[in-house]
Amino acid sequence: MNFLGEVARWFADPAHWQGASGIPTRLEEHVLMSLIATAVAALVALPIGLLLGHYGVGGAVAINISNIGRALPSFAILVLLVQLVGIGAIPAFIALVALAIPPMVTNSFVGMRDVDPELRDAARGLGFRESRTLLRVELPNAMPVVMAGIRTAGVQVVATATLAALVGWGGLGRYIVDGIANRNFVEVFAGAVLVALLAAAAEIGLALLQYVLTPAGLRSRVKQERQAAVSIQAQAEPAR
Amino acid sequence: MLLAAQDPWIRWDWVQSHIQRITDATVQHIELTAIAVGLGFLLAVPIGLFAWRYRKGRGAVLSVAGALYTIPSLALFALLVPYTGLTFVTAEIGLVSYTLLILVRNIVVGLDGVPAEVRDAARGMGFRTGAQLLRVELPLALPVIMAGVRIATVTTIGLVTITALIGEGGLGQLILDGLVRDFRTPLVVGGVLSVALAILCDVGLGFLQRAITPWSHA
Repeated sequence: MNFLGEVARWFADPAHWQGASGIPTRLEEHVLMSLIATAVAALVALPIGLLLGHYGVGGAVAINISNIGRALPSFAILVLLVQLVGIGAIPAFIALVALAIPPMVTNSFVGMRDVDPELRDAARGLGFRESRTLLRVELPNAMPVVMAGIRTAGVQVVATATLAALVGWGGLGRYIVDGIANRNFVEVFAGAVLVALLAAAAEIGLALLQYVLTPAGLRSRVKQERQAAVSIQAQAEPAR
Repeated sequence: MLLAAQDPWIRWDWVQSHIQRITDATVQHIELTAIAVGLGFLLAVPIGLFAWRYRKGRGAVLSVAGALYTIPSLALFALLVPYTGLTFVTAEIGLVSYTLLILVRNIVVGLDGVPAEVRDAARGMGFRTGAQLLRVELPLALPVIMAGVRIATVTTIGLVTITALIGEGGLGQLILDGLVRDFRTPLVVGGVLSVALAILCDVGLGFLQRAITPWSHA
């Protein structure tokens, strides 16, 4: 009765690879939900954070939103949303978007705020308009930090989408939730492995995206931002 | 669902008759959180100091911490269940892992932030390594370390609700109970109290952070 052997047998069983509750379907649900939620959150959060950072206003709000976001337990939010909008994909989607917005707002704000003011002056001196300064000078320089925010949010979304199985939605969390309900710990363990692998894949994928989107001259900073990514949120206070 | 739509958000008579259960759940929630943050801190200080002092160890410690941190909490608990069962121990191993990761990182980042000139000045004044750490470097790193404690605490309060799935959970038990029975009152009580607890701790630790590091704020 080797437990890991049973888990391996679970993965080898062709029945787990087909149909509506097969691994490919669950994986697709999980990935699609995470992608759409992260993208929608980015569309909402990035313009706000970038503009606030560009104009240097609203710092207290932009930074504290992450604190508030973190203080809301996602399980509680998810369950309360179900009461408002019913069971299924919609509460999960709303909860995930709400979860992803704060780190993106905070990081895009901090990234823009911390662009060297001399670069801004230089752009203005060269005759760049406001919008061009923002898009061609500030944004590329802020990119490592902005992307760190997207990365943090994206990985969190993938992780939290697991919980959506509790409110009647699919995704890889189903294996864990159903397994616990049926005391089938082989299924629980297999589901956990799948979720952990997907989270790691999301982390690596977003790290690559961060690297690709960062201008070549700033790439040495990507590594620093990776370590600072938590610390930007971690500081929980305006740095100055 | 039709029934659920008619179910009131809160039934005060249920709250009154279950006040003991609500209190117990809240106390358990605070206990689980306090143990996780306390134990996490005790472990994080030596690990953080090691990672900060020895450059070679640092990359390894921070990478392992980062990789573990990406594992979703529900998956981490689920991975532990076959070995430690649906128990308090499983919940705490998972919770301590997360607090540890946050705290180690902030200890290293905080100590890294101590300016080199300050370190030089301390050495010039004749501080020994230990005294320099205790009286110069740690106090200067304190704001970032305290921020880590604050984040770890608030994060843990959220994670504790999830441990309801493995039979612990404090207020998470009430939420899960309401979800399973399709009965709003325990769900709302558990949800609102866990959010309130998280906000209270965030604000409280924020004040503490300011009070013990009056030189740090903007």
